[in-house]
Amino acid sequence: MLGFTRAQAIGFVVMVAVIIIAPGVLYPVFLMKVLCFALFACAFNLLIGYVGLLSFGHAAYFGMGCYVAAWTAKNWGLSVELSILLGGLTGAGLGMVFGWLAIRRSGIYFAMITLALAQMVYFFCIQAPFTGGEDGIQQVPRPPLFGAVSLQSDMAMYWLVAGVFLLGFLLIHRIVHSPFGQVLKAIRENETRATSLGYRTDDYKWVAFVLSTFLAGIAGGTKALVFGIATLTDVHWTMHGEVVLMSLVGGLGTVFGPVVGALVLTAMENYLAEFGSWVTVTQGVIFVLCVVAFRRGLIGELGAALKLNL
Amino acid sequence: MNDTILETKGLTKEFGGFSAVNDVALRVRRGTIHALIGPNGAGKTTCFNLLTKFLQPTSGTIRFQGRDITRRQPAEVARLGLVRSFQISAVFLNLTALENVRLALQRVRGGSFDFWRSEEILHVYDGRARALLDEVGLGDCADTPAVTLSYGRKRALEIATTLALEPEMMLLDEPTAGMTHADVDRVVALIRRVRRGRTILMVEHNLSVVEGLCDTITVLTRGRVLAEGDYATVSANPEVVTAYLGTADA
Repeated sequence: MLGFTRAQAIGFVVMVAVIIIAPGVLYPVFLMKVLCFALFACAFNLLIGYVGLLSFGHAAYFGMGCYVAAWTAKNWGLSVELSILLGGLTGAGLGMVFGWLAIRRSGIYFAMITLALAQMVYFFCIQAPFTGGEDGIQQVPRPPLFGAVSLQSDMAMYWLVAGVFLLGFLLIHRIVHSPFGQVLKAIRENETRATSLGYRTDDYKWVAFVLSTFLAGIAGGTKALVFGIATLTDVHWTMHGEVVLMSLVGGLGTVFGPVVGALVLTAMENYLAEFGSWVTVTQGVIFVLCVVAFRRGLIGELGAALKLNL
Repeated sequence: MNDTILETKGLTKEFGGFSAVNDVALRVRRGTIHALIGPNGAGKTTCFNLLTKFLQPTSGTIRFQGRDITRRQPAEVARLGLVRSFQISAVFLNLTALENVRLALQRVRGGSFDFWRSEEILHVYDGRARALLDEVGLGDCADTPAVTLSYGRKRALEIATTLALEPEMMLLDEPTAGMTHADVDRVVALIRRVRRGRTILMVEHNLSVVEGLCDTITVLTRGRVLAEGDYATVSANPEVVTAYLGTADA
């Protein structure tokens, strides 16, 4: 089915079932947050897991997606789907320029360039009038879907977010299992050999980068409309750190890892919030545990134990 | 002139003050197997890297099929039909043998930027890929991940992948390095079979392989061409013997 292996297909069905059942048990706004971060983490994982590119600046695309979606929904009164799409296109547009600059270098230099560019975006957001500086863009309305379907109730919004997430998830899956994805895998395995076969590897990396930033922008835009707010937190590099942690905890290069990682990390933030700064301490401990004890992440270790490609 | 497929003039590569390749004039005739030999550090691999554009020469020109390729990109040179293999066998380890070969076949269709399509469409290349694997004796491991293949078989897979591009000219960097006798014989037989209609330039240390296989031999030492000719001529050259074995009274 769709190029899923049997185990992945089962995983996918379970995931969809959980998405359908969960709002009956858990708070929908919490779940929407999880899904937005899950999409963001999947977008990040597309680069690190399947191309071997470690970006350090994905907060920029996510955050700008937030701002643009929030601003267009509030000031232009665009409908939800257009605002989110514009958020994604903003991410992709930035990604085109930043990727073009960063991909000329590899490894740690690539990571540093993406970080530097993302920091520039952050300072731009502090200064630019349209972002509202420290206040952010607040009280963003949730315009109706396609201008007709009201999203005022959280459940209605939840189904939209679930739909966006699933589309993004399937798009990534298709990208990985496409002729393009084959070349990406070849580049990850042995870039010199891919070049010697006649592939201009930089072009492929660039397209993958732009796709990833597009999805990061979509994730950001969706989150902004769920919470009705876009702030500096969304473009700050710590946001990127969070998504790295999610992918790592779930398992880099796995299909479901980033989703599980997003669930775990967001749950910790929400349910341990009463302990204040202990949340960050716990996160730190989990990060260390991950690196020391289970490097493949939760899903990665599970997959290895079951000898399945999850 | 027309039978020259690859020609370099004054090819030089300096690293700092050190000339790894110094004023090399190389002429490879179409349809021949040409060997590049020489002691360690003679500049053979650097020469390969220059020819396939993985390194930019400090000075000199490279012409392939009459075209100046001195300033081209490595991927472009591969598209023109000059394809190399590597000293350390270069395969895509976590892909199957079939996928390895298919990646080369897939390149011939042009850019593979269609991320919205299913990889199912690549199955059209399966037949040709299997035929190539059969040709190099890997027919039974099409669905095996390359990482589990033996060293000799990895090299065979690399050659199959290179062949899939139907290159005018193949550059093989030590195709038999580190192989057992049986594997060496297999690779030599393979090269004999695939040479038809192609030109091959190879770096090789194993002189018995060179003797049986190659039409022309160029000897490099310290980045310079020391001698050139067929095996008999070159092996009779006293300077070559000195370069390989040291001086007679040493």
